Amino acid sequence: MRAIQYAAPSTVEDAVAILAEHGSDARMLAGGTDLIVQVREDARDTGVFVDAKKIPELMELSVNADGSTTLGAAVPCHQLYNDAHFTATYPAVTDAARIIGSTGIQGRASVGGNLCNSGPAGDTIPPLIVHSAVCNIAGPDGERTVAVEDFCTAPGRNVLADGELLVSLTLPKPPAGSGSHYLRFIPRNEMDIAVVGAGAWLQLDGDTITAARTGLGAVAPTPLFVQAAGDALVGMTADEDAFAVAADIARDAATPIDDMRGTIAHRKQLSYVLTQRALRGAKARAQGGSPTNGH
Amino acid sequence: MAIDTRVAPKIKHHDEEYKVIGTRPIRHDGLEKVTGEARYGSDINLPGQLHGKVLRSPHAHARIVSIDASRAEALHGVSAVITSADLPDPGDKLTTGGEAPGLPVKFKSANMLARGKVHYHGHAVAAVAATNQHIAAEALKLIDVEYEVLDPVLEVWDAMKPDAPVIIEDLYTAKADGTTAEEPSNVAAEMLYEVGDVDAGFAEADLVVDREFTFGVVHQGYVETHNATANWLKDGHLHVWCSSQGAFTIRQELADLLNHPITKIHVVPMEIGGGFGGKTTAYLEPLAALLSQQTGHPVKMAMDRADVLKATGPTPGGYVRVKMGVTNDGTITAGYANLAFDAGGYPGSVVGAGCRCVFAPYNMPNAKVEGFDVVVNKPKTHAYRAPGATHAEFASETVVDEICRTLDIDPVEFRLKNSAKEGDWQLAQPPYPRIGHIECMEAARDSAQWQTPLETAPGKKRGRGIASGFWFNIGFTSSVIAKLNSDGSVTLLEGSTDIGGTRTSVAMQFAETLGIAIEDVDPIVADTDSVGQTDVTGGSRVTFATGLAAHNAANDMKDQIAEGLADLWDVAADAITHADGTFSANGNSATVREAAGLLEEEGVFPIGKNTVTPTREGGAFAVHIADVEVDEETGKVEILRYTAVQDAGVAIYPPYVEGQMQGGVVQGVGWALNEEYVYDDDGHLLNASLLDYRMPTALDVPNIETIIVEVPNPGHPYGVRGVGEVPIVPPPAAVANAIHDATGLRMSHLPMSPPRVQAALAAQA
Repeated sequence: MRAIQYAAPSTVEDAVAILAEHGSDARMLAGGTDLIVQVREDARDTGVFVDAKKIPELMELSVNADGSTTLGAAVPCHQLYNDAHFTATYPAVTDAARIIGSTGIQGRASVGGNLCNSGPAGDTIPPLIVHSAVCNIAGPDGERTVAVEDFCTAPGRNVLADGELLVSLTLPKPPAGSGSHYLRFIPRNEMDIAVVGAGAWLQLDGDTITAARTGLGAVAPTPLFVQAAGDALVGMTADEDAFAVAADIARDAATPIDDMRGTIAHRKQLSYVLTQRALRGAKARAQGGSPTNGH
Repeated sequence: MAIDTRVAPKIKHHDEEYKVIGTRPIRHDGLEKVTGEARYGSDINLPGQLHGKVLRSPHAHARIVSIDASRAEALHGVSAVITSADLPDPGDKLTTGGEAPGLPVKFKSANMLARGKVHYHGHAVAAVAATNQHIAAEALKLIDVEYEVLDPVLEVWDAMKPDAPVIIEDLYTAKADGTTAEEPSNVAAEMLYEVGDVDAGFAEADLVVDREFTFGVVHQGYVETHNATANWLKDGHLHVWCSSQGAFTIRQELADLLNHPITKIHVVPMEIGGGFGGKTTAYLEPLAALLSQQTGHPVKMAMDRADVLKATGPTPGGYVRVKMGVTNDGTITAGYANLAFDAGGYPGSVVGAGCRCVFAPYNMPNAKVEGFDVVVNKPKTHAYRAPGATHAEFASETVVDEICRTLDIDPVEFRLKNSAKEGDWQLAQPPYPRIGHIECMEAARDSAQWQTPLETAPGKKRGRGIASGFWFNIGFTSSVIAKLNSDGSVTLLEGSTDIGGTRTSVAMQFAETLGIAIEDVDPIVADTDSVGQTDVTGGSRVTFATGLAAHNAANDMKDQIAEGLADLWDVAADAITHADGTFSANGNSATVREAAGLLEEEGVFPIGKNTVTPTREGGAFAVHIADVEVDEETGKVEILRYTAVQDAGVAIYPPYVEGQMQGGVVQGVGWALNEEYVYDDDGHLLNASLLDYRMPTALDVPNIETIIVEVPNPGHPYGVRGVGEVPIVPPPAAVANAIHDATGLRMSHLPMSPPRVQAALAAQA
């Protein structure tokens, strides 16, 4: 049994000071849906819980003058899918926000927390990658930004140094004619962690793909930005042949492991299938429709 | 989603009409359970109580070199640390009671606290008592155990190899011919059942199908984790409150394990949050008792979910081979089966029960069945709802489906033609009494689902499967004590812990026999000091056996009332008639209520009682139909529609019967599609959580349609057959046969999880 400390700073500066003082013994607490469970199960030893929810910048959800969106690191999932502008603009992110945990969990769990937990299967990370999100980080040495695909470094690890915290994410305004989709495979229909997750974003000019990004979860030590798949699609007609090319690249990019949630062969196959399905969904949305092949 | 409240169809094959039986009254335990007033084991809190926790092995197979608890004992707030050295040496004693009596107590004792060796990951090594759970948890980290790690053996086919590491060094196979092996091995027992001439039978066959099947370990998945509170008084009386399927069985195990007189042990059964066979034995009770004895305080213990999955009694994985021979007109000529089941870390799997069930739905003139009970480095396995039958009949019903496909015979017609019926041979048992397999099959054939062609969908692989299931059920001993109160109501004490709603189904039989309203009976699940001997709630036996005891107790009470009235009315007791709850003689008449009042004035308070050990439990059959859709790209199987048909004998309380049928299907579907223990090569269980041990959620099963068939059991006054277990038997085969119909694949391993189905599809292409 050990005593723990709880801090509830109201400014980023105060949070940085607390984090810097306690080093790796301190941890930011947003919804707590990962952190509290991990500490209870002895999977993480945390002595100082720093509540994120009293800091305005971490709870902000707003559209900037240039059309980009600032998503505070502790904004809970339910706020995203109840926000019509956000849902219409970053549908892959809300696809993920809707399937993390149960409705109750979605009232607490945040996208920023999901990213900082840095699990390879984190559902919101491939969608953030395909939407080119940027992490806004504050620390003892000031502020810095990191592309979201560069944020995670290993299972449960990321670029945050002692004393640093994720303040918010900036999601650029998607161009006209674009759409995105995220879906995952789970063996049941609820209450599971992704065996594989796939996100895709497409920009179309008529039937021609002018820009594309895809991402995968749970097939590598970190969520993957599969840049080659998106690059290969540029200039191609958005049809099944093109999606098969991208899906092949995604399958090759996946370097999964065998564990209690899936096998290497199955995860490779799912990387292909889900990339294909995510692209179909992204295309449907780019054309003003909605995905038809499940979530 | 609308709740389907329609009354499900019931098909009666008898003419009996009852007043109480077959009705749908409000269940006696309903209100207190939905309001949270019902008391479960964890609701027990005693003054001065300490909290106990268990240290578990991090290894699957290791020798314990030393245990040093001195650092834990020095921690402030720690009152006691126990190891196997604190348990008495059981010598050569054998177990009694429970579902599998006759096993050496030394194995059960070593499973409570490892003796010299750990046999599986999670095996209990030591236990502590401390002033609170946190200190107890901290103390566990301060117990220094030195292990010499040994190679683990995880699967039966490896454990049976001649060069396999022997887990129990003095285990000699008990052979089927009654002899004992000369060299130790991991095979605890061999069994052989034979009838007719199996070689001649296969020689007569035009088609022989011979297939092998393998199984992962599955857990019962009850919601309430194991818990126990013990208070060992200075005079030696031991009081235990626990969540178990049988208070008398726990009492017997405590007596065996602790070498303590049974008269000094008092076990109080609390309400139980599920058991399914997994709560038929003690885990925490002896530890809490020992810790209480050593500290002089009550000690409370509870497992967390990981403890439950790692270290209680899941049901075996293993191997089944089934070979069946048929003539071209679809007549079965012979069957052979070979079953090898995980016993887990100590002997005693449910393989014998699997042997008895593998060919049970069929009239098979020539059959041979061999069984092997094999020790491996996994938790000691236990019963799970029709234990062994699901494995066995997954194999045989898959083979039957393949035969039907090959010969192009309708699977319903094949089963009707070959069905077991009254008078047919039954493995290791007297010939079948009246049974209802044919009636179930006919009801399935006539069901809405079977009569509705499967809707096709473009680009979707859909299929339909059907399978039969059998479970023999159990009799065992039950007791009831019924007290007539002065207002005509009855307090009914029964010893069967109520898992499936049995206090109501037992009370309904009492009310029917005495001729009173169900609302006038107050059924109580009594403790071991307050009612006669009652064996475990298991084998689907309570509504059958405890119901029979209630019926007999009602007749006893009826006789006593008649005797009392005879004095009042000045007639001979046997001149008094009883009909519809009214006693009459010589122009006098009195209802039970009126009689209770009259007798009270005379100082007469009838107590009806009965203890009974019935053996004519009858068998239970079920036929299930599954419609599935297979995602060819991912291997995921979706259940589209499901119908469960079952012979209940006579359904005492139909909503419970339907609930058992639906619950069995859900567990069977989970076993079919996703549930299994995942181990690494070193024998560590990797998925000891409900996140990764994937039981179905409400979104994974459709509404399950139920059809109750009533073919009365001739061995019970109201025709009752046990209903709780057989519904888990057909689902894996029904789903497998539907997957075959959809894809052409024959799956040979449970679970048929998405990676396996997808790999099979890839291999097929």
